[in-house]
Amino acid sequence: MTGYDYYPGCSLKGTGKPYEESLLAVFGALGVGLDELEDWNCCGATAYMAVDELKAVALATRNLALAERSGKDLVAPCNACWLVLNKTNHRLEDDESLQRTVCSALGATCTVPNTADKEPLTYTGTVNVRHPLDVLVNDVGVDAIAEKVTKPLEGLTVAPYYGCQIVRPLSPFDDQDNPVTMDKLLGATGCTVLEDYPFKTRCCGASQMMTMPDVGLDLVSMLLEDAVARGADVIAVACPLCQFNLEGYQPKVSNLLGEKVNVPILYFTQLIGMAMGIDHKTLGLQRSFVKVEPVLAGRSAHE
Amino acid sequence: MSESNGTPRIGVYVCHCGTNIAATIDVFAAQVAAESMPGVTISREYKYMCSDPGQEIIKEDIRELGLDRVVVASCSPCLHEETFRNAIADGGINPYYFQMVNIREHASWVHKDKAAATEKAVDLIRAAVRRVRLHEPLEARRVPIEPKVMVVGAGIAGIHAALTMANAGKHVYLVEREPSIGGHMAMFDKTFPTLDCAACILTPKMTQVRAHPNIEIMTMSEVTEVDGFVGNYTVTVKHNPRYIIEEACVGCQECIDACVFRNGKTPDEFNLGLSKRKPIYMPFPQAVPQVVLIDPDGCIEFRTGKCKKTCVEVCADRNAIDFQQEVTFEDLNVGAIIIATGFKTFDATRVPRYGYGKFDGVYTALEIERLVNASGPTEGDIVMRDGRKPKSIGVIHCVGSRDKNTNEYCSRVCCMYSLKLSHLLREKTDAEIYEFYIDMRTPGKGFEEFYNRVEKEGVHFIRGKVADVYPEAGNTGKLVLQAEDTLAGMVRKIPVDMVVLATGLEPKDDAEDVRRTFNITCSGGGFFMERHPKLAPVSTFTDGVFLAGACQGPKDIPDTVAQAGAAAAEVLALVDAGFIELEPNTAFVVEEECSGCKTCVGLCPFHAIAYDNGKAHINEVLCKGCGTCVAACPSGVIRQNLFEDGEIFEEIVGVLTNA
Repeated sequence: MTGYDYYPGCSLKGTGKPYEESLLAVFGALGVGLDELEDWNCCGATAYMAVDELKAVALATRNLALAERSGKDLVAPCNACWLVLNKTNHRLEDDESLQRTVCSALGATCTVPNTADKEPLTYTGTVNVRHPLDVLVNDVGVDAIAEKVTKPLEGLTVAPYYGCQIVRPLSPFDDQDNPVTMDKLLGATGCTVLEDYPFKTRCCGASQMMTMPDVGLDLVSMLLEDAVARGADVIAVACPLCQFNLEGYQPKVSNLLGEKVNVPILYFTQLIGMAMGIDHKTLGLQRSFVKVEPVLAGRSAHE
Repeated sequence: MSESNGTPRIGVYVCHCGTNIAATIDVFAAQVAAESMPGVTISREYKYMCSDPGQEIIKEDIRELGLDRVVVASCSPCLHEETFRNAIADGGINPYYFQMVNIREHASWVHKDKAAATEKAVDLIRAAVRRVRLHEPLEARRVPIEPKVMVVGAGIAGIHAALTMANAGKHVYLVEREPSIGGHMAMFDKTFPTLDCAACILTPKMTQVRAHPNIEIMTMSEVTEVDGFVGNYTVTVKHNPRYIIEEACVGCQECIDACVFRNGKTPDEFNLGLSKRKPIYMPFPQAVPQVVLIDPDGCIEFRTGKCKKTCVEVCADRNAIDFQQEVTFEDLNVGAIIIATGFKTFDATRVPRYGYGKFDGVYTALEIERLVNASGPTEGDIVMRDGRKPKSIGVIHCVGSRDKNTNEYCSRVCCMYSLKLSHLLREKTDAEIYEFYIDMRTPGKGFEEFYNRVEKEGVHFIRGKVADVYPEAGNTGKLVLQAEDTLAGMVRKIPVDMVVLATGLEPKDDAEDVRRTFNITCSGGGFFMERHPKLAPVSTFTDGVFLAGACQGPKDIPDTVAQAGAAAAEVLALVDAGFIELEPNTAFVVEEECSGCKTCVGLCPFHAIAYDNGKAHINEVLCKGCGTCVAACPSGVIRQNLFEDGEIFEEIVGVLTNA
C-alpha cells in the first residue's frame, strides 16, 4: 500500500485534536501512511458553499489541486471537509464552464509550493476524496484491524453515530439509510455495537447550536437520551462537530431532561486505538470532557 | 387530373370562427385576395363555415356554379376536415377534391399583428388553391372486421368489459396471467365508501364470466405477440402449464388434503405471504375457474421425481393431474383488444425510513386488507406477526406517491382506502388510530361524508408527513412515528404497536414489454397513454386497441368499471360497423421502378412494408400515411396519395410567390 494524502482541515488541529491524534496513531499501527498535504487551506465548510458557490468551489479546489500532484487518494476525516471536497469534485465534473473559471482563477493566483519557477496550480479532477471509515473498511479491511486487537473492548456497549454529512446527499461508500461501516469497525474491537440505534444519521444540530440553541439542544438531547436508554456506555462519532455538540452540551441536556446525562463521546479511531492497546494519551483521551476511564472501570467491576 | 377536364373551378371559403379568426385576420381582405387567385370561381366569407348553413353554401355552390375543387380556410383539419369532406361529397364531387387551410391555430391564435397575420393567411390559402388543382379522386377503402374480441387482464376492469361485450353477443377471449380471474379486487375486504364486501359484489360477476357462453377464460396465459391491424389482429397467447387438466378437475380439493406435505411451506401469494400454502393449491376459495394448480418449485415430484403422489391416488379416475403438461402457444384472430392489465402496489422497502421488511410491526395496506378479511390468514382476527393484538396503530399516507424521490403523482385511492382500513381496524380492535396525511383527498360521491364519519368514530388525523419510524427505546415493542404536525405547529412522536403504509399504485413491472407488444405508448409515470385525456380516454394511438382500469393510471373501482364499460362500448361501435374505412392518404410503391434496396422496410414505424420477390410492398391497411418511406426512398419511387411531389411543390410555390 502506497499510503494516502491527508487533509486534516481546521477542526483536527483544534477542537478535534483527539481525532487527529487517534487517527494518526491507528493508521501508524496499521502501517498505512498518511502524508499531510503541504500548505492546505480552509475547505470552506458548508456555510461558504451556501453563500457563494463559485468562491467556495475555488477555495476547495486549491486543496484538490495540491493533492492531485501525488496521484494518491486524499483522506479527509472531518465529515464536513469530506463532503465539501467531494461536492466540489461533483460540481466541477457536472459543469465544464465552472471548471474553466475555477482553473483560470487557480492558475492566476496560486503556484505549486516549493517550485522555483512558480509553476501555476491547476486541477483536472482526478483526486478521490476518501473518509477514514471507507479506507479502513474497504482498503485495509476489518480482518486486518481485528488481527491487531490486543485489548478487546468486551462488555462495552457502543452506539455508532455517523451524522448526516457522510450519507447525505452523497453516499459513495455506505448505505444512505442504514450505514454500517462504523458498525463493522467497532465490531472488530470486541465491543457490543448498538446496531438498532435508530438515530445513526440524524442531525446533531451542527451550527444551530449557536444560532438556534433551542433547536440544537433538542436534537442533541434526543440522540443522547435514546442511546442511553438503549444501554450505550459510549457513543462513537466520525465528525468533530458531532463530537463537540454531543459532548459539550451534556450539562445543558441534563437540565433539559431533568436527569444527568454523562456519556463519553469518542471518535471511532479512539476506540479502535484502545482495542489495539495504544496508550490513552497518544489517543488524546485525556482531552475528553466526559472521561471514558470510569466507564471502563465500571465494566471491569461488573466482570 | 383536373386539367383534362379543362380549367378547374375552385371555391374558396374563409371562416370567421366567430371572433376566433376574424379578430386577428381581416377575413374580408382574405376573401377578396382569393378571388383573383388562378382557377378560383367563387370566394366567400362566412361566420361559421362548419355550421349547417355554412356547409349548405358549399353544397349549393357546387351544384349552381359547377365547382370541382373546394378550399376551406378555417380551423385545424383534426377538427373539421371530415365535416367538410362529407359536405362536398353531399354536394356531388369526390371528397378528396378538397384542401383545408388552418388559419386559426396556425395564424389567428398565434399572432397579434393583424396585417401580418392576414398576409400569412392569404399565403396559406394561395398554397391550398395551387395544390388542390392537382388533387385526384380517391376512395376510402373498406376492410371487414373480425367480430371476436380479446380482453387482456381479468381484474374488475377486464371482467366488466368482457361481460358487457359478451352480453352484446360478442365472443370474448379473456386472457389472465394468474391462475384465477379477480385481480386485486378479489383481495380487498370491503370497498369504500359504502363498505360493500368486495367478494360479495365481485364473485357473482366472476361466476357470470365463468358461465357465460360467449366468454372463453384463459388463465395462466399471456399475450406474447400481436400481429395485424385494426379489425384483423392475430394474437399469440402463451398458456403456462397448471399441471392440472382443467376440464377434468372438479374443484373438490381432496388432492390438497392428500398432499404429502402436512402443512403448507410456501408463502401464499394471495395472502401476500401472511400464510403458507402447499405445492398443490386453490389460489383462493372463490377462484374462477375452480381448479387447483401445482407449483413445480415446491412439489416433491417435480424436484425429485420420487413423491408418493398421494394427490394422484386420491384424484383416482378423474385423473386430472398431469405432471407432463408443457407450455403451449395459440394464435387467435380478433377485431379489437382491450388492455386491462392493472397495477402493482408500490414496493415499501424503497422508503427504508418507514422500516417495512425491517420491523415486524410494519404492514402494507394490502396486507391489512388480507388481515381484516374473514377468509384471510387470520380469519379476520387482527393478530400481528409477533402474535400481539395492536392497541395503537399509525397509518402513513402517500408512501410512494406525491414524493419526488419515488412517484410524483397522487395515487388517488390511498386516502380513501386508508379511511376504510382505519374504520375496519377500529371496529375490530378498538385501537387508537393515528392517520398521518399530507392532504385528505376525498373527491368522490360520498367520500367526504365517509371521512367525516371515520373522524367521528375517533380516528386521530395528523397533518404531516412521517419522517421516521423507529423502535422505542427500552424494548417496549412499540414503533415511534415522528412527524411534524403542521396544524399544531409541533413535532409529534407517537409510539404505536402497528404501522400501516398506504402504498401507492405503480405500473406493472412488465408494463414496458406489454406496451411494446401492443404498440401503444406510455405517459410520464409509465402508465399506458390514452389517445386524448379528455375526448378519447379509453382509446390508444393504435386503432382497435383500448384501455380500461388502472393500467392507464391509478383509479378506484367505480372509475375502473366506468372506464371498462366505455372501452367495451368503443369496441362494440368498432366491431358492429362490420368494416372499417381507411384513409386513402397511403403510400404506394411504383413497383416496376423499385430496386429492392429495402431502405424503407426497416424505417416504417407501422411495419406496413413487406419485402417480397425483390420489391417492396406497402400494406395499405397498415399504412398510416406518415410519409417516412416516401422521403427515404433513394430512387423516389414511393409515392403517397394526397402528398404527390407535384402537390407539395405547388403548395411551396403558393406560399413563396404572390401569384
